[in-house]
Amino acid sequence: MISFDRVSKIYPDNSIALEDVTLTIESKEFVSIVGPSGAGKTTLLKLFLAEDRPSSGSVFYKDVDVHSLRKNEIDELRRSVGMVFQDFRLLPGKTIYENIAFVLEVSGRSDEEIEQDVPHVLELVDLLPKIWNFPDELSGGEKQRAAIARALATEPDIIIADEPTGNLDPVNTYDIVQILKKINDLGTTVILTTHNKGIIDSLGRRVIALDKGRVVRDDKSGKYF
Amino acid sequence: MARKDKLIKMKRVLRAGFFDFWRDTTVSLASVLVMTVTLLFISATVFAGALLDTTLAELRDKIDVNVTFVTTAPEDEILRIKDSLDSLPEVLLVTYVTREEALEAFKERHKNNQSIQVALEELGENPLGAVLNIKARSPSQYSSIAEFLESEDALSSAGLPIIDKINYFENKDAIDRLSAIIHSADRLGLLATLTMAVISMLIAFNTIRLTIYIAREEIAVMRLVGASQSYTQGPFIVVGVIYGIVASVFALLILLPATYYLSRPILEIFSTFDIFSYYLRHFIEIGFIILSSGVFMGALSSAFATRKYLRV
Repeated sequence: MISFDRVSKIYPDNSIALEDVTLTIESKEFVSIVGPSGAGKTTLLKLFLAEDRPSSGSVFYKDVDVHSLRKNEIDELRRSVGMVFQDFRLLPGKTIYENIAFVLEVSGRSDEEIEQDVPHVLELVDLLPKIWNFPDELSGGEKQRAAIARALATEPDIIIADEPTGNLDPVNTYDIVQILKKINDLGTTVILTTHNKGIIDSLGRRVIALDKGRVVRDDKSGKYF
Repeated sequence: MARKDKLIKMKRVLRAGFFDFWRDTTVSLASVLVMTVTLLFISATVFAGALLDTTLAELRDKIDVNVTFVTTAPEDEILRIKDSLDSLPEVLLVTYVTREEALEAFKERHKNNQSIQVALEELGENPLGAVLNIKARSPSQYSSIAEFLESEDALSSAGLPIIDKINYFENKDAIDRLSAIIHSADRLGLLATLTMAVISMLIAFNTIRLTIYIAREEIAVMRLVGASQSYTQGPFIVVGVIYGIVASVFALLILLPATYYLSRPILEIFSTFDIFSYYLRHFIEIGFIILSSGVFMGALSSAFATRKYLRV
């Protein structure tokens, strides 16, 4: 489904973010990408979402080179991916309902569909009572559940969660990981970046370890180290 | 179907823009106030232009050329010259002052000067010639009118000269200088208006740029969840347009008492320019200028300011 073919990313100051990375992620997989800060985890995701271009090599999504896509095709690619960020990145001026409605609007849903789908997806993450609240009225865990609801709303092929538990306490971390597992069980590919050892060990799924921009380990049912 | 989709998108963009404006009260109020000041600046240039025009028109009106005829010049010859002048495209108006009218005016002007009155009585006859007072359409045209008079057959049928003097040649320096001043003032007025407009636009642009800088993360998120550039940019442009509309209404309302209270002191300096009645008479034009400037600046500033953050 997703493959990186000898991808390197070297910045103008000659710092190496990724070096000769080759890996493939299959449909319906739950893959954790681990590594210390600066290992290249976020760069890997940025290259996949065409936020940045590789210095060499190619990134394929469903056999199409992501960096050969036109602007509107990149928008389409992003619409088929649900993104969850460490700092939640909810739109602060919109209510939780509107945050989720926004991605549905972008993917071309009708007003009636949006009215039906938003409460439904908030129910899945147990956040329905907060539907009319603004993001700054929610706790960290609630914000991340809202962000997951937003990522799920368009029923994407892939969910990318970039350090989603980085700002959360252990209880909320556990909740978020359980939600991601449930999403994967329902057939959605999940890519999770983290450096939380506890999460990786409890998941028992595929782990790709990065260090200094290189893949140093790729275990089918790995532990952190 | 595609048209229906576009309409739905437009409706959503308008709604989002309206909500963004309404919810972020502090930022909206600050932006509207700055834009109101900017629009007041623009309206000041409109008023300054009108004031300049009125003053220049008044000055232009004071320039004229007098052709004085010899006392023996027959009236039909004078009227012949008047007709020729009337047919010139440069000439706006020719007024004929007969010898008797000229004498009356002279007497009236010097009624307090006893020695002149006595001298006139001793002469026993009217020493003044008839006069043609000529007004040109523009001050620069006086020289060609004077040349025309020079070339015109200014001799009577008896072969004697009938024109005594043309005061253009006496006043030439003053007329030339005044023409130059009027031209410079025109150019200076235009330059000042343009400079103020550019400064105003920069102020408005920077204010809106600041509000969009605050929202740069939001723009990045919108792009990352797959919103197209236009769908991301749309609500910000709508907010800019709303800033422009609300600021225009504020500016037009502020101008009512402002011009009312300013009209008296301005009238004391420029006796012919009543700013309040000018504002009321030209309310629709000024309203259109202010509203279109506000909307244009708001939309353009938002479009420019968001462009930078759309490249995600």
